[in-house]
Amino acid sequence: MAEKRHWLEHSITQNFFVPVLAVVLSFAVGAIFIAIVGQNPIEVYYVLFSQTLGNEYGIGQLLFKTTPLIFAGLSVAICFKAGLFNIGAEGQLQIGAFATALVGMYTFGVPAFIEIPLLVLAGIVGGGIWGFIPGYLKAKTGAHEVINTIMLNFVALALVSYFATNIYNVPATVHTPSIAPTGRIPRFDVFFSGFEGSPVNFSILIAIVAAIFVWYYIDRTRPGYELRVVGLNAKAAEFGGINVARNLILSMTIGGALAGLVGTNYVMGYKYYFEEGFSTGTGFMGIAVALLGNNNPFGVILAALLFGMLEYGGLVINTMVPKELVSILQAIVIIFVISSNKIFRKTLVNYMKTRTLSVNQ
Amino acid sequence: MRPEFENCRNTSSKEKLSWRGAPPFIRYYLVLLVALLPVSLGLQSCGKQQPSAPPNSEVGLVFDVGGRGDKSFNDAAYLGLQMAKDSLGIKYQYIEPGGGSDRESALRQLANKKSIGLIFGVGFIFTDDITNVAKDFPDKKFACIDYTYDSTKAVPSNLIPIEFREEEGSFLVGAIAGLMTKTGKVGFIGGMESPLIRKFQVGYQAGVKYVNPKAKVLVAYAGVTGEAFKNPAKGKELALSQYSQGADIIYHASGVTGLGVFEAAREMNKYAIGVDMDQWNEAPGHVLTSMVKKGNMAVYDIIKEWKQGKFKGGKPEIFGLRDDGVDFVYDKNNMPLIPKPVYDRVEQLKNEIIAGKIKVPAS
Amino acid sequence: MKYAIELVGITKRFARTVANDNVTLSVSAGSIHALVGENGAGKTTLMETLYGIYQPDSGKIRIHDTEVAIKSPQDSIRQGIGMVHQHFMLVPTLSVLENIILGAEDTRNAFLDLAKTSERITALADKFSLSVPLNEKVQDLGVGIQQRVEILKALYRKADILILDEPTAVLTPQESTRLFGILSELKQQGKTIVLITHKLNEVMEISDRVSVMRKGKIVGEMDTPTTSPQEIAELMVGRPVLLRVEKSKANTGKPVLSISNLSYVDRRGVEILKNVNFSVASGEILGIAGVEGNGQTQLVECITGLVKPTSGTISLNGVNLVGFPVKRVFDSGLAHVPEDRLKRGLVVDFTVKENLILGLHTRQEFNSRLSMRRSAIEQNARMLIKKYDVRPDDPDAIARGLSGGNQQKVIIARELSRNAQLIVASQPTRGVDIGGTEFIHRSIISERDKGKAVLLISADLTEVLSLSDRIAVIYDGMIVKIFPDNKVEESELGLFMTGTKGNGREASLA
Repeated sequence: MAEKRHWLEHSITQNFFVPVLAVVLSFAVGAIFIAIVGQNPIEVYYVLFSQTLGNEYGIGQLLFKTTPLIFAGLSVAICFKAGLFNIGAEGQLQIGAFATALVGMYTFGVPAFIEIPLLVLAGIVGGGIWGFIPGYLKAKTGAHEVINTIMLNFVALALVSYFATNIYNVPATVHTPSIAPTGRIPRFDVFFSGFEGSPVNFSILIAIVAAIFVWYYIDRTRPGYELRVVGLNAKAAEFGGINVARNLILSMTIGGALAGLVGTNYVMGYKYYFEEGFSTGTGFMGIAVALLGNNNPFGVILAALLFGMLEYGGLVINTMVPKELVSILQAIVIIFVISSNKIFRKTLVNYMKTRTLSVNQ
Repeated sequence: MRPEFENCRNTSSKEKLSWRGAPPFIRYYLVLLVALLPVSLGLQSCGKQQPSAPPNSEVGLVFDVGGRGDKSFNDAAYLGLQMAKDSLGIKYQYIEPGGGSDRESALRQLANKKSIGLIFGVGFIFTDDITNVAKDFPDKKFACIDYTYDSTKAVPSNLIPIEFREEEGSFLVGAIAGLMTKTGKVGFIGGMESPLIRKFQVGYQAGVKYVNPKAKVLVAYAGVTGEAFKNPAKGKELALSQYSQGADIIYHASGVTGLGVFEAAREMNKYAIGVDMDQWNEAPGHVLTSMVKKGNMAVYDIIKEWKQGKFKGGKPEIFGLRDDGVDFVYDKNNMPLIPKPVYDRVEQLKNEIIAGKIKVPAS
Repeated sequence: MKYAIELVGITKRFARTVANDNVTLSVSAGSIHALVGENGAGKTTLMETLYGIYQPDSGKIRIHDTEVAIKSPQDSIRQGIGMVHQHFMLVPTLSVLENIILGAEDTRNAFLDLAKTSERITALADKFSLSVPLNEKVQDLGVGIQQRVEILKALYRKADILILDEPTAVLTPQESTRLFGILSELKQQGKTIVLITHKLNEVMEISDRVSVMRKGKIVGEMDTPTTSPQEIAELMVGRPVLLRVEKSKANTGKPVLSISNLSYVDRRGVEILKNVNFSVASGEILGIAGVEGNGQTQLVECITGLVKPTSGTISLNGVNLVGFPVKRVFDSGLAHVPEDRLKRGLVVDFTVKENLILGLHTRQEFNSRLSMRRSAIEQNARMLIKKYDVRPDDPDAIARGLSGGNQQKVIIARELSRNAQLIVASQPTRGVDIGGTEFIHRSIISERDKGKAVLLISADLTEVLSLSDRIAVIYDGMIVKIFPDNKVEESELGLFMTGTKGNGREASLA
């Protein structure tokens, strides 16, 4: 079995070509649904692509949507590497973003070079705590992280909603007061006028740095090595003298911290306050992003771009088709991509093999 | 022993994104993909010459998140659009945003369209977003239903905050409840606890007490978040609880949550009072009346003003009893439920409020 | 001579691997034909092709002089072929009777006539001296009996050609002897038997004729009485091999590992280890023989710190390891080749080089301040791959894609690279072919000769006998006997292993 691998079994095929094929196919299926609601699919797709990719404003909106998806996707991906299924990114990002806003509203007069890292740290700590809890419970009691993270989502949502609308809110609103001006992350349109009006901001750089960090951590460091062993074979990890419990806690905490960074985009880069209901399911979308990105940090960025485009594109075509249809399209993409991993791979590989064989004979 | 399986399995593990060694076939596909996109788009844009509407001739509207179909003020706003379409010949487009950060994008989306001249945001939550967008698009007109008006902050001159005197309408349905209760207990169920909904509650309580000082008003809220407007199960639970505590009429100001209140009224054979729109059809025979907030009238009026060139922004336009912005329902459906003397008394109160003889508290 | 099976020019490819390359094989009716070869030589594929699991890419199959097309196992059953797989295909929760008739029910009637069927099966079993308890659930039976059920199942389907894939891999010596008795009986009654194996003593003992496969081809075929194990082994491996492990006399030093009064009660409250006492000195190999499931696994887990013993001490160079976390146990000077390489020994989705540092990954040589030193890891892999002849010699190969023998070599390489005082090797050559086994055995002996203490746990008696300097027998969680040397008969060991002989109390004093 030591021969050269068939090219279809190369990672590039598995990790890039197959998802792309899945996306293309899912758009084709989506076209059927668009036709059913009585619109011309080509026209709808034309609007979708041209308004998202066709001008700077559209690209800005797309990137603005992408940033939180990168954080959420990384959060899910790193937990996945440790063999954990983090359904709790939504709650973690709520707590993290709220922590950012809360620290920001009480730290006026601090210079930007301290304030910005401080608020970023607040998000990390807030989300990290919310990831630590299910990690700790998993490691110490064996309580399943899926159930616990789902439950903690409810707790997080209720908590921040209560505080954002009752205790820390500006009267007659559902948002907190503004953070200190020095804590603001500049928008793109400050430097590039083409992005005028789009809230896209430099927190996307934080997201990219986070992706690089996750890649480096997992691929290059000793704790990352241990984390992967735990995720792939906990028994072997135990055998290798690796503290499995500690790694479970650590990965959930890091995952939570990554999700907690979502606040950099919304709180520090856009509204400058925390608003109840600012995220509708970003954390859950993170699961799809991680899956589509094959849990690879750079794959996550690509997947987040796709979903960012779908999210903003959904808004764009909303004057033509009901918003439910956009949800359907997103769901189809996810279903295709997830199923494709096995189905496409097998059919493709088998097909190419029979072809190679007949060529050889 | 079965190499084909082994080989399949041993591939998935390395997930490095490396372009080195990408076989030609892949590159071919990538190039194809990248190339196809603009080509198809280009073809489309050539083939499709949309008959473009004249500039600033259409109206745009952005619903609240999850707003459409609330059988309440989002639907009322939509009704206003249709009225304008029917009687003014106006064309409209609308967007239903998927999340909180989409509101501003959606407003901009519409403002960017040449054909659209007037854009509505539905709900107080649009306050900040629509203010920002109005500043960026001085040539376009904006209006926002339930705008949170703060007299210390300037409102752009191309933006009309639309406010309602919900407390006035609530006062009148409160009076009906106060006059008609047999148990001396009536209920109020609010959606999200907030200053806006408190206006309904306070006006209602004042109305009840004005005509029936001894009556007791039970008050409950479905929650503290926006979700509280979308939770019929919770609404039903709260209503059942109030009915079983002796209330025989419940007024709700809770959006979709109120659908649960009507269900409880039907089950317990009691009365409920609708809000925002005439909600008779939710539980015929059990909806005593509805406090209508004529979002449709406000939308229609403003479109009309805009069309006639009389759009005046910068300060709130307030729709109260006097302006026919709020009212209670009394028609052939619920006429048999409300005795004539009660109706007369309430009409009289209405006139006194319009005349300024009764000051209805709002908070 | 009349042939029961004739395979002519069978070729079967999987992707780019040619599993069977133009194989021609004829099996005489009423004979026992051994098919031998190393792992991956293509024996099982050939027989599974005959059984209809695979379709050959080319070639012909003749059964009793008639050319047949076998598209599925159903077809082959119809042709009178039965196969007993390495992993039994029985439903554990069903009774023996139900398992036997499963899929071959008498469908003429809507109802099963169990009484009648049971009578027929009993008659069949008596005919071939295959006694099985018909009404017990399969899960409650030992592997030997389960195997008999499989044979009976095939016979019930009127098989007159029986294929057995490595039938003795899971059996004790006594059970193996019994199986061979049954096979002889079957042969007497005119059945044809193909025996897939790589154990040469079995070939010599029972077969009439032997075919040797290597790399998908038949490389030799001879009548058993005319050949020798040496000849067969050379054909299998393709080069001369040493069947008998050559080793000098042990140069025993001070005790390295001393276990005293070790007991372990598991979570369910079952007493797994009962007052175990023994020691292993430097420069010697202590082999522990025993039927699997008599406490060997737990004994090893206690020593390596994976589970905590209930009482007793385990001292390594005078330091009591009990209560140490795993990492500290290993750091105290222990290396461990785990019994289940896929479960504990390897991360199969990792590359070879990543696997080669598992457990050693905290060592300074592999770490710089922030990241791991990839060049050091790579170098370590290249060095070990070369030293232990791991194939492919690619540090980036995924462990899953390696053959069992090479996977095992990766583990051995890693564990021996620890340079530990004590080596605990559990089933070090299970599923490893002759060439690999020879290599692993030599590695273990060379460690011994360097003065290491080796604790060998193996279910393979040949291995225990040929490697060990002393032999302890474990039965029911007790060390029932310690032989001071390896000059003991297999049958003698078997009696201790099955509890027929020996007594725990007496033995623990030994």
